Amino acid sequence: METTTWPVLTVLTFLPLIGVVFLLLIRGDEDVVSRNARNVALWVSGFTFLLSLILLINFDPTYAGYQFVDKGEWLAADGIGFMMGVDGISMPFIVLSAFLTPLAILASWQSVQHRVREYMIAFLALETLMIGTFAALDLVVFYLFFEAVLIPMFIIIGIWGGARRVYSAFKFFLYTLAGSVLMLVAILVMYNTAGTTNIPQLTDFAFDPDVQFWLFLAFFASFAVKMPMWPVHTWLPDAHVEAPTAGSMILAGVLLKMGGYGFLRFSLPMFPDASVTFAPMIFVLSIIAIIYTSLVALAQQDMKKLIAYSSVAHMGFVTIGIFSLNIQGVAGAMFQMISHGLISAALFFAVGVVYDRLHTRDIDAYGGVADAMPRYAVFFMIMMLGSVGLPGTTGFVGEFLVMVGAWQANILVAIFTATGIVLGATYMLWLYRRVVFGRAEKDEILSLKPLNQREIFIFVPLTILVIWYGIFPSGILEIMDVSIMTVLDQMDLASMELSGNSQIAITGIGE
Amino acid sequence: MMDLLNLQPATAEIFLALASLGLVLVSAFVAPQEKASKLVRRLTLISFAIAIFLTIYNGSTPAYAFNGQFFTSSFMVYMKVIILLGAMGILLMAKRELKQDQIDRPELPLLMLLSVVGMMLMVSANDIIVLYMGLELQSLPLYVIAAIRRESLRSSEAGLKYFLLGALSSGLLLYGASLLYGFTGHTSYDGIKIALENDVSPGAVIGMVFLISGLAFKISAAPFHMWTPDVYEGSPSIVTAFFAVVPKLAAMTLFLRFTYGVLADASDSWQQIVMIIAVLSMLIGAGGAIMQTDIKRLMAYSSIAHMGYALVGVAAASDLGIGAVMLYMTIYVISSIGVFAIILSLKQEGRPLTRIEDLAGFSKTHPVYALAMMVLMFSMAGIPPMGGFFGKWYVFSAAIASGHVMLAIIGVLASVIGAFYYIRIIKVMYVDDQVITIDNHIPRSNTMIALGAAVVMAVFLFGLGILREQITAAVPFVVFVAG
Repeated sequence: METTTWPVLTVLTFLPLIGVVFLLLIRGDEDVVSRNARNVALWVSGFTFLLSLILLINFDPTYAGYQFVDKGEWLAADGIGFMMGVDGISMPFIVLSAFLTPLAILASWQSVQHRVREYMIAFLALETLMIGTFAALDLVVFYLFFEAVLIPMFIIIGIWGGARRVYSAFKFFLYTLAGSVLMLVAILVMYNTAGTTNIPQLTDFAFDPDVQFWLFLAFFASFAVKMPMWPVHTWLPDAHVEAPTAGSMILAGVLLKMGGYGFLRFSLPMFPDASVTFAPMIFVLSIIAIIYTSLVALAQQDMKKLIAYSSVAHMGFVTIGIFSLNIQGVAGAMFQMISHGLISAALFFAVGVVYDRLHTRDIDAYGGVADAMPRYAVFFMIMMLGSVGLPGTTGFVGEFLVMVGAWQANILVAIFTATGIVLGATYMLWLYRRVVFGRAEKDEILSLKPLNQREIFIFVPLTILVIWYGIFPSGILEIMDVSIMTVLDQMDLASMELSGNSQIAITGIGE
Repeated sequence: MMDLLNLQPATAEIFLALASLGLVLVSAFVAPQEKASKLVRRLTLISFAIAIFLTIYNGSTPAYAFNGQFFTSSFMVYMKVIILLGAMGILLMAKRELKQDQIDRPELPLLMLLSVVGMMLMVSANDIIVLYMGLELQSLPLYVIAAIRRESLRSSEAGLKYFLLGALSSGLLLYGASLLYGFTGHTSYDGIKIALENDVSPGAVIGMVFLISGLAFKISAAPFHMWTPDVYEGSPSIVTAFFAVVPKLAAMTLFLRFTYGVLADASDSWQQIVMIIAVLSMLIGAGGAIMQTDIKRLMAYSSIAHMGYALVGVAAASDLGIGAVMLYMTIYVISSIGVFAIILSLKQEGRPLTRIEDLAGFSKTHPVYALAMMVLMFSMAGIPPMGGFFGKWYVFSAAIASGHVMLAIIGVLASVIGAFYYIRIIKVMYVDDQVITIDNHIPRSNTMIALGAAVVMAVFLFGLGILREQITAAVPFVVFVAG
């Protein structure tokens, strides 16, 4: 493990909290407070993003272990310590979180007008918790961040959400909590079995296969809700529909990825046998998710709900990729998560842009938007095609790699997954046709204001990244390659250890 | 060590007992009543502060007094200090309450003082006779202060209900104690413990069951919880706050000492009972609170659930479990006092507000208090990074270390149900529109306690390491059998 001279990762994680302190100190009447709150939040999150880029530049993709490791004493009496570090699996998510937060803050520049200060506090706190979740290298620290995410998100949906916000916020909170507490029990079992909560140490610890079975299920309960996988996905459409635009961007862009990250960080390396055992079940659930939610998406009248269901389908690709348990599949899943993080954030923002103007998300209320907002139509189209998986966008790379991985694992799975891609194209193209094309007849459509500079400023970086990494995916793949190989190696080692070839395993770990 | 005349370990108790006698005289001779009330309240606070000093000063080395009937060690010191701090916290907020509830009489602080003496005796008792004395000294003043608003029908009802059921439970406990004495031949903890090491007779088991039932009533664990919501609702709010915090702590300490300490070798016989009580309390506490509209009743059910979680630690019957319960109760006391500080601040033209919907719009009229309440609610729901999470972490960890995974699973699922009603309060404060104008003036003591508790819960994780060291050091001294 590489350590740094100054705790860069801890600073990066808690930097947004300094912004929170600033926000709390702002005085003045409401307009002044709101204006300053927006600026402070934007600057702090922008600065956090820059710091995350510095981290990315200094990141060594050829190194297999954890980098920028910070360690600290915490609960010495209980053998629980504070530890943070990144590898190729967490690095992209940290940058993604730091990248999307300033965009989300910018996205709510005008649409949020009351309790702006509290809103910005919630977003900055959320950023700290997201980065912390991905950077934590101690199971307890991870759980603290992972679970604490519920608090700001509950508040964001509950206070600044739409008409049925209370119902959605409660559903989101209780669904996720119910999943997480089972993981908590599993964490406690692991802690009492292995005597540590240190993630690198737990990765090397060989849990008994029978215990693994239950531990896997408990972690699965949490990550499956978070992903979300069918049939525990029902909170997501509600949460998305009611959340404010920026909330949806972060929810789809980052929070959903915590499930996939969890599978890669915990389930695969720590419970390798159970992962193999449960892979068929996860394939089945994912295929149902892909096909069923795609069909459901086809039937939606609400734009946000449609994109929310498409998220469930796309996350189905991710779980298939992860549990195909080969390098292409896992790399594809990782890539798909990053790609979906960018594309879905942009799509939710695209919905937010027209919602701010017409105050409806009903698809039938639109049609012919291209006439009034030509630039918007272009951005929306690129993102829509990215979501469909058109070659040249990141969506294609992710889905293609997942398909390759699935093909190696099970041909039938690959075939069903392909069906999902066709269905995905259907509902997205149809959505686009109904909203953007056609003749604009209604007055309110014709009088739509074109995109302003702020909105273009949000779309542009997302679009550039989606296309750039669609054409040159190696930029992202290189970062995570070594770490994915390490995870898959660990799985092999661990299974060998259990099947009696302990000699090889011990020499492998001892280095 | 067994010196009859060595009273030093009990200095704090003796001091408080003498102080209460002195304060009776003060209240009798100082006129008018308001002046006496003010004076007694202040002197009681000072007495508590001195008692804390004496408790700590007398040190944490294990020591006996009164011929081995009284025992003190770092464990007892820890618990007593928290009891005294809790009582001080409540009394600090009492000033305005006493005036507005028209119970501004010197009796209330005085009875609280007497009750606290009883609690300290309960904590330190090393003999079932002393235990019973302490328990009754604790309970009788509580029955009276539940009914202190004589003219109010509900307050009287609360007092009567509390008294009748309390007397019943004392009877159960006494009967159990007598059986235990009959079958072991000892009244001292040490004697009973040694007798049970060799052989656990069926009679002693029946005694244990009665004793545990009696104690379960005192901590309001299900199925002995029926009185709690009614008494909480009927008593004046300041009294409810006292009930919710201080006696629970003393009774839980007694529970710990008796089960894990005295009955340690018979743990097979009581562990299952405690588990059943824990599960019932967690589920009834969580389920019962959902439909409540009165915040005091809600707190009653919430306390039932919290006692259930603490009992999970007791059921673990291990050093880890004891440490977990100590931590859990510490967190419970801090967050409960904080919540009650806010409940006590809710007034409309001096009239107390106790309906949950009265909190609507609280975040707009009192943003800082609403934030504090939100932190406390998330803490009580056990959402990290708030303090409440760590309480749950350690109790469930202890349960799992003792092999009770099922208990932990039921516990965490009950906490999800519990989370529902805690976040409902947050929703009412932040989402609903204001209906009732809440008085702007909030006494400084309430502000300090509410905000202090919220801050402590929010930054609890930083101090946790130090607190854990204290607790781990105190755990082995739950009982101490001198060779």
